[in-house]
Amino acid sequence: MIFDDEPTPGEGLPILPGHVSPGRLERVLRAGKFAVTSEIDPPDSADPDEVFKRAAIFDGYVDAINATDGSGANCHMSSVGVCSLLTRRGYAMVMQISCRDRNRIAIQGEILGGAAMGVANIMCLTGDGVQAGDHPQAKPVFDLDSMSLLEIARAMRDEHRFQSGRKLDTPPRVFLGAAENPFAPPFDWRPHRLAKKVAAGAQFIQTQYCYDIPRLKIFMAQVRDLGLLEGPNRVFIMPGVGPLASAKSATWIREHVPGVHIPDSVIKRLAGAEKQKAEGRKLCIDLIQEIREIEGVSGVHVMAYRQEEAVAEIIQSSGVLEGRVPWYPGRDRQLLREAMEA
Amino acid sequence: MYAVRRWVVRHSRGFEMIYNAFEPVIARLDPLWRRIGYARAEGPVARVERAVKGFLFDCKMCGQCALSSTGMSCPMNCPKTLRNGPCGGVRANGHCEVKPEMKCVWAEAWAGSQHMKSGTKIHVVQKPVDNRFRDTSSWLRVVRQIAEKRAPQGEQK
Repeated sequence: MIFDDEPTPGEGLPILPGHVSPGRLERVLRAGKFAVTSEIDPPDSADPDEVFKRAAIFDGYVDAINATDGSGANCHMSSVGVCSLLTRRGYAMVMQISCRDRNRIAIQGEILGGAAMGVANIMCLTGDGVQAGDHPQAKPVFDLDSMSLLEIARAMRDEHRFQSGRKLDTPPRVFLGAAENPFAPPFDWRPHRLAKKVAAGAQFIQTQYCYDIPRLKIFMAQVRDLGLLEGPNRVFIMPGVGPLASAKSATWIREHVPGVHIPDSVIKRLAGAEKQKAEGRKLCIDLIQEIREIEGVSGVHVMAYRQEEAVAEIIQSSGVLEGRVPWYPGRDRQLLREAMEA
Repeated sequence: MYAVRRWVVRHSRGFEMIYNAFEPVIARLDPLWRRIGYARAEGPVARVERAVKGFLFDCKMCGQCALSSTGMSCPMNCPKTLRNGPCGGVRANGHCEVKPEMKCVWAEAWAGSQHMKSGTKIHVVQKPVDNRFRDTSSWLRVVRQIAEKRAPQGEQK
């Protein structure tokens, strides 16, 4: 997909009517294309080349890249740092902001800083508890929660003000995202909780890892019935998927990673396979194809932690891009070269 | 106490009725509070509130009580002090991600809200906590707000 108003890398796209951001992700979703996002593994390093290398793995396969904010409460390069480096090359970033490590003063500053650096999408998260990470002795902040963060970010964008009421000169033009976990109790509340997030300002949702298609189908039907997928304030839902490396690692994740629900049948399928890693990727492709068939789904979010190199192959094999080549630095030169050779 | 607070949530409807009866009474005492002075009443009332709500709800005295919107399950007992619902880390058995031995405060809140008349208030987005109100009386704040709302009407009469 090539936009005819394609900007110089590092600059935003013009904001179309009915859009809030100058970003590619919002364009793709509102155009009704099946969007694909993934997650960069932020380095434990101050080397910018490491960031470029890790982003280039996804070239041509994703519409936006999430930069995580101390995911799993582990220390890494900051999301605003990763985003600043990559937006300058033209990448579409989803900057994650978690409420665990900063109070409202720091967070609002970060929203402005990120937007100034070319971030067009912000993902508002509560964040994992500090007990989950490598610094369990740290002070958990949680001054805001994901909902109040969404409301504050929306007011900054739409009402041009901080939470204090003080005016902004230029608002952050950002498409606002949030997370949902349809696979964690209380199940009957989850769709209503999503409605609450939409009311607070969420425009797209990336879910926790989905390994339970029937549960996702029920959730999506409830979300549709609540009318959340219609109208100008509709929400775009991108279920999370990811390859499991082996039955053993799946069991470990199920027991140790908060909020990840992996049914026994998945673990059995992996355990029964000769090459478990390959089977894990195959399973991921199957999941993407099944998810795509569910009414109301707008895309997928591929989280391939420590298997980032597999994302291209997984998306390619799933066929969800339907020949579309999402933008990456140098794409248009590459496409031109291919056209001339053909 | 964990057992008491879980019992309270199971009887959220009853506590809703008690509070609904209690609120107008202390609101009507506005002239008394004003004679004593809200600032002077603050200390003793806050101590009573802390004792009562501490026993019943494990109240943390955030000073801006949300119990009627949260199924009588105090959100400040959530290790992430979430004010708007559960996080994504709730365990399959409905227990907390951070404190596995504790039932998720918000799973409790959802159950509690289902028995309450004002149960739909759980769907309204709550503002973040104002940290200036910590350790102050939420009751007196509510009473004063009710009185201030009434005052302009009273003057018109």
